[in-house]
Amino acid sequence: MYEALSSFAQTGGLIYFVLMFAAALTYALWPSNKSKFEDAAQLPLSDKGPDDE
Amino acid sequence: MVRTHATTPRDNTSLFAVGGILGIFLLLALVIAGRAQDAAMEMHAWMFVALATLFIASLSLWAGGLGERNPFDESEYEDTIVKWGVFASMFWGIAGLLVGVIIASQLTFPNLFYFPELGWTNFGRLRPLHTSAVIFAFGGNVLMATSFYVVQRTCRTRLAGGMWPWFVFWGYQIFIVLAATGYLAGVTQSKEYAEPEWYADLWLTLVWVAYLLVFLGTLWKRKEPHIYVANWFYLSFIVTIAMLHIVNNLSVPVSLTGSKSVQVFSGVQDAMTQWWYGHNAVGFFLTTGFLAIMYYFIPKRVNRPVYSYRLSIVHFWSLIFIYIWAGPHHLHYTALPQWAQTLGMAFSIMLWMPSWGGMINGVMTLSGAWDKLRTDPVVRMMIVSLAFYGMATFEGPLMSVRAVNALSHYTEWGIGHVHSGALGWVGYISFGAIYCLVPWLWKRKALYSKSLVEWHFWISTIGILFYMISMWFAGITEGLMWRAYNQFGFLEYSFVETVEAKHISYMIRALGGLLYFSGAVIMAYNLVRTVLGHGEATDAINLTPAEQGVRPMLQPAE
Repeated sequence: MYEALSSFAQTGGLIYFVLMFAAALTYALWPSNKSKFEDAAQLPLSDKGPDDE
Repeated sequence: MVRTHATTPRDNTSLFAVGGILGIFLLLALVIAGRAQDAAMEMHAWMFVALATLFIASLSLWAGGLGERNPFDESEYEDTIVKWGVFASMFWGIAGLLVGVIIASQLTFPNLFYFPELGWTNFGRLRPLHTSAVIFAFGGNVLMATSFYVVQRTCRTRLAGGMWPWFVFWGYQIFIVLAATGYLAGVTQSKEYAEPEWYADLWLTLVWVAYLLVFLGTLWKRKEPHIYVANWFYLSFIVTIAMLHIVNNLSVPVSLTGSKSVQVFSGVQDAMTQWWYGHNAVGFFLTTGFLAIMYYFIPKRVNRPVYSYRLSIVHFWSLIFIYIWAGPHHLHYTALPQWAQTLGMAFSIMLWMPSWGGMINGVMTLSGAWDKLRTDPVVRMMIVSLAFYGMATFEGPLMSVRAVNALSHYTEWGIGHVHSGALGWVGYISFGAIYCLVPWLWKRKALYSKSLVEWHFWISTIGILFYMISMWFAGITEGLMWRAYNQFGFLEYSFVETVEAKHISYMIRALGGLLYFSGAVIMAYNLVRTVLGHGEATDAINLTPAEQGVRPMLQPAE
């Protein structure tokens, strides 16, 4: 039982992490997300108040 | 500023809800005070009664004096709570650093500040007071204050929850007072960085859930389509700390009116839970929270966007997914299964990449504005904090390797490693953020004195170097002495000889701590004069457009 669980955790963990990393990388580098991220990067530089247009 | 809608009438719901919940806990504390099983519980119950009464009384007086005014006006940011947070950060920071200097001196000269008849002066009680004061009281207040500031600006909306953010702030201060006085009185559940007993833990859980809801509520009503990356980091800090705090503090009180409790886990399971908690307190309290500060305050201060927003996304997801597994490296050569130790070590080594990716992203934000390193000591402080971050996150994976750990574990090397991260990274990025915040919040043109910031920077930096180098020296010395055998196969040195060998290093360390503490005192003086509007901190009404570009627009008068 212990052997089976630990080997599942090790192999399954490897696959899970590679997939998660691939997903994060794809999301970050997807070409159509570029403009979205560029807009988001400007957010701290704005000095607008809550009601400003 | 263009107003698009008139001031809305006040909604009193959150005022009554906060008052009501305080009233319920006040009554509970009164019952416990009357039936307390031990002196510590009686002391804390009465202390809670006093603090909650003070809170309710101040709340009532303040609410009574409001008249028609709406203190939760959606057309303004909630900045008063950030001001209080800055004050609390500096107060607890200086207190925590002072206790650090005292215990460093106690280690150097054991008879110093040691009174056998006064238990609370003992190193064993002052040490958790120091660690909790600097991590949770100083660091926690910095994170709360900056998160409240940043989430409002980047979501372009007022903090959600009306009175609830104030419950979070003052509730957290009540927790700090309970924890600190408990340590001095000898109340502890003996878990490192999680010493407070069950009742203080439950109170903190309530406060923390309120914090999470305030933060989520603010994100929910944001007027910007995107959630800026700093908010992701803050959110991961709040959510993960809630999870860690609850699981690591699972315990059964011996009596509902007594201070002692019994842990649910035991043996190696308890050790693993403790270091899953302990290392992720480093990962999600002292790292992701302060990375959020980096992602807002460095771009804001140098007035250019972060070097790579895409890198910040990869940084975020890889950091949080890897960090949570690194804890077992605290348990090398223990009863923990070896594959789990190796797993902790492998994840610690993998952490190097996201850590350095984040560091490079922060430093390269200065690309094209490197002159600010020379001209603006606040920017320099924040960039040097990243240098310390890079160094500590290189040293950490190295120390997590089992063979290196065999030498470094239980030695002063660990203390040196923690302090290069805590003083260099956490301390400096926090000081940098506070140096930015005070003129912004109090609407001053600049800090009272730039040269005092220079003094603070150099005195503290020399202090950190003294601290780190003396602890490397002491740690490697004692590590090698512990493992030295003579020709007959006996240990070469007795334990007390390895302690004696560290005496000079301890003196240098105490001096380093004193220098760092002195820097923080200089900072506090500079900030007080800034708030008072002295020196270069004259009123900011006659700003040139260029100057306005590096600070937020004036808010409507409060």
